[in-house]
Amino acid sequence: MNKLTNGSVLLGSNRKFDVFGFLYKYGTIIVTILAIVYFSVSIEHWFTFGNMTNIFRSVSIVCLIALAMTMSLTVDGFDLSTAATASFAAVIAAKIMIIWQLHPLLAVLLPIAVGCMIGLMNSFLIIKLGISDMLATLSMMFVITGVSITFQQGSAIYNYMPMLEGGVAPGLMSEGFKAIGQKELFEIPIPVFIMLAVAILVHVFLNWTKYGRFLYMTGGNVEAARLSGIPTSKYRTLAYVLSGAIAALAGVVLCARLGSGEVDSAGPYLMDAVAAAYIGFSVLGAGKPNAFGTLLGALLVGILMNGLVMMSFPYYSQNIVKGVVLILGLGLTYYKKKG
Amino acid sequence: MDSKGLMMKGISMIFPGVKALDGIDFSAKKGEVHALIGANGAGKSTLMKILSGVYVKTSGEIFINGQKLDIQNPMDAKKNGIVIVYQEVDTALIPYLTVAENIMMDYLITEQKSLFIDWRKIQGEAKEAMNKLGLDIDVNRLVSNLTLSEKQMVLIGRAVFHKAEYLILDEPTAPLSVEETDKLFEIIEKVKKRGVSVIFISHRLDEIFKICERITVLRDGKLVGDYDIKTETIDTIVEKMLGRKLESTFPKHDIKVGGKIFEVRHISGDGGINDVNMHVNAGEIVGISGLVGAGKTELMKLLFGASKRYEGEVAIHGNMIAPKTPAAAVRKGLALVPEERRREGIIVQESIETNATLPTLKKYCNGAFMNRSLIKKSSCETIELVGIKAPNEKVPVSKLSGGNQQKVAIGKWIISDAEVFMFDEPTKGVDIGSKAEIYKLIGGLVAKEKGVIYATCEFSEILGLTDRVYVMYNGTIAAELITKNTNEEELLRYSTGGGRDE
Repeated sequence: MNKLTNGSVLLGSNRKFDVFGFLYKYGTIIVTILAIVYFSVSIEHWFTFGNMTNIFRSVSIVCLIALAMTMSLTVDGFDLSTAATASFAAVIAAKIMIIWQLHPLLAVLLPIAVGCMIGLMNSFLIIKLGISDMLATLSMMFVITGVSITFQQGSAIYNYMPMLEGGVAPGLMSEGFKAIGQKELFEIPIPVFIMLAVAILVHVFLNWTKYGRFLYMTGGNVEAARLSGIPTSKYRTLAYVLSGAIAALAGVVLCARLGSGEVDSAGPYLMDAVAAAYIGFSVLGAGKPNAFGTLLGALLVGILMNGLVMMSFPYYSQNIVKGVVLILGLGLTYYKKKG
Repeated sequence: MDSKGLMMKGISMIFPGVKALDGIDFSAKKGEVHALIGANGAGKSTLMKILSGVYVKTSGEIFINGQKLDIQNPMDAKKNGIVIVYQEVDTALIPYLTVAENIMMDYLITEQKSLFIDWRKIQGEAKEAMNKLGLDIDVNRLVSNLTLSEKQMVLIGRAVFHKAEYLILDEPTAPLSVEETDKLFEIIEKVKKRGVSVIFISHRLDEIFKICERITVLRDGKLVGDYDIKTETIDTIVEKMLGRKLESTFPKHDIKVGGKIFEVRHISGDGGINDVNMHVNAGEIVGISGLVGAGKTELMKLLFGASKRYEGEVAIHGNMIAPKTPAAAVRKGLALVPEERRREGIIVQESIETNATLPTLKKYCNGAFMNRSLIKKSSCETIELVGIKAPNEKVPVSKLSGGNQQKVAIGKWIISDAEVFMFDEPTKGVDIGSKAEIYKLIGGLVAKEKGVIYATCEFSEILGLTDRVYVMYNGTIAAELITKNTNEEELLRYSTGGGRDE
C-alpha cells in the first residue's frame, strides 16, 4: 500500500513537472488564446477587426510605458518614474505648440530630450548616490509630477484655453501632431504602429546588438560583468536614459491622442505597465525582461479588460483580474527559477 | 591530567567522501590562551565548529570539568559557555540596532519575558559588559557605524555578558591593523584574567608566540601534537604544520623568459594593499603566495582596476596604464580570472556561449550587431580549446560542474588579446583532473610569451607551477623568491611574518 502511494506520487510529480515545463514556456500565450476564444464565443461581434484595433489602440500607451520599464529591468533595475515622465512629456509637447507656438517637430523632440535627462538623473541617484532603484525612481516620480503640474500652472493645456492674464492661448496644437495619436493608416491607428515599431526596435536592440547583451549581462550579475571588462555603470545609465526616452515618447503619443496636455495624464497607466513588463518575463520561458513578452503582456491585460467590459463585468472588480494574471505570470517565472 | 577545563577526545568528522577530522584530542585549561594552527584544510575550523555546535561530530567525546557534554546545536554550546567569534563579524551582528541591543540580543530573544523592554536595564548591562573589558564604546551607537575591530569587541562583549568560559576566536586578526591587533590582545589578556580560556586560531605565528601559552597543531585532519609554546620556535612549528613534503605533478614548461612586460611600482590601495612592487616578464609565471587574508585577492583586484588605488604606477610594455575600471584594464591588455567563480567569474544563468564571448564580444560584431554564427563558432572553439565537457554551447553554465564552470571563466579570457593574465585561486573547488588541465592551459599561455600572475595559498602550486614568487604578508610583499631555490618552509615562514630579519 505504502509502496503504491509512493509510486503514484512519484509518477504524479513527474507528470506535473512536464506539464509545468510546458506551461512555463507557453502558459502566457495559452491564457491569451483562451481568453480570445472565450470572448469570441461568448460575446457577439467581439472578434471583429474594429474591436481588435480598438484593443491594440487602448494598450498602445501602456505598452510603450511598459517597454520603457523593460529597459530598466534588463539591468536589474526598476523605473517607477516612467508614467510621470510620460505625463510631463505630454505637458511639454502641448505647451510648446499651444503657448509657445514653436514648431510641432520640437513638440516631439524636446519632450524626448527631457525624458533622456530624467533618465540621467535617475541613474545619478541610483549609481552615484547608491539609492535603491525603486526608491530613487519613486522620489523622482513625485518630483517630476510636481514639476509638471507647476509647469502647467495646475491646469490642462488645450486649444483656446483661457489664459490667466486674459484672452485665450495664442497657439494651436498642429493637426499633423494630433495625427500621431488620432489618425489611422490602412484602418489601423497610428499609435499601434508606433507601439509595434518601438517593440521591434527594443527587441532587436536587446537581442541582436552587443549593447543589448551587455545590458542583460549587467542585469544578470553586475560584478561578473564588471570584471569581464564591461563598463557596467555606463550601461546602467544607458538603460535608464532609454527608459526615460521611451516613456517620453509615450507621453507625446498620449498628448496627440488627447489633443491636450492633461494633469498627470499617464499616471493611471503606471501599474498596468509594471504588470505588463513582469507578465512578459514568463512569455516563451524567457525568465527575463524582453520586448516581445512585454508586448504580449500589455495585450493580454488589454484583451481581458476589453472583454470583461463588454461582458458588463463591473469595472471596480477588474483589478482583481489584473492582479490574478500578474500572479500567474510571476508564479510561472519565479517558481521555475527556484527549482 | 587535570579535569578542570575543556577536553575533546578522539573527535572524528566524516563529510561525504572526506574524513575531515581523524581522532583529534584537544584540551583547553581555564584561563589560558590556546593556539590552534594548521595549514588550510587541516581541520581547525571544522574542529571548532563541532565545539560550537555548528557541526555534529561523527564520533568522539567532549568534556567540561570532567562532565561529558552532548552538543547538538549552537544553543547547546552556548549553554555550556562555549562562544565562537568568526572572522566575518557582520554575520553575527544586526547593523541597524545599537551596540547595547546587539550585546543583549540573546537575552532579548530568549529571556525577556515581559511585553515591554526595559531599556535602562539593557543599556546598563551592556555597558557593564563593555566596562569589564575596559572598552569605551558608547552602547547607544549603531553597530553599522562601528569599525570592524569595534564590531569584534562587541562580539567579545556579548560573550562576556553570557559568561562565556570558552571563547573561540577564528582568525580575528586577519582583517585588523597593527594597532587594532594590539588592542585585541589587551582585551584577550583581560578576558583571560577573568578565568576564560581563549582558543585562538591564526595563521600569523608571530602573534601566537606573543599571546598564547599552548599550541595545538593539526595537519590533514590529524593531530600532530599539543606543545608548550616556550619549548617551540616559529621554525619548529612550521615543520610540524607541514610534515612530509608533497611531490607534485605539474607539467614542466621550458619557456625562455623574455623581457619585462608588466611592472607595478609602489602601489597602494583598498583592501590594505601597501606599497607593492612587482614585475612580470614575457613567458613567465609569477606566483603570488601568502595565507588567506594576506591580501592576494585585494592586490589582483587593485591591479585590475576593480578597487580604488591610492598611489603607485602600473605599466605594460613600459607604457603607463592607470586602470580606474576593469573596462580600462581590459583595453590595456589585462585579464583577471577572479577567485569567486559564481559571484564574479561567470553569469550562471546564461549559456556557455554568452559567457565565453563576453569580454571579446566586440570581435564578433558588425557595428552594433552581433554576428551569431561567428559567436557560435568562437564559443565552440573555446569549448574545444579548454576542454569544457558539455553537450553544446547553449547549455546554461549553472548546469556545469565546478571544474567546467572554472574552465568557462578561464576560457573567456584565453581567447582575448590580453598580454598579462591574472589568476586568483583558479583551482579552488576544482577536481584533480580539471586542475591538471588548468595548469596546462596556463602553460600554453606562457608558451605564447604572455605573462601570467598566479595567486594561490597552496604552496604546492606555487612550487610546482611558477618561475618566480612574491610572498605576501599583511597587504605587502614580504619576499621575492626564485621558485627553484625555495621550499615550503621558506614560503610558510615568510607568509607568517617570520624571516624578516634575514
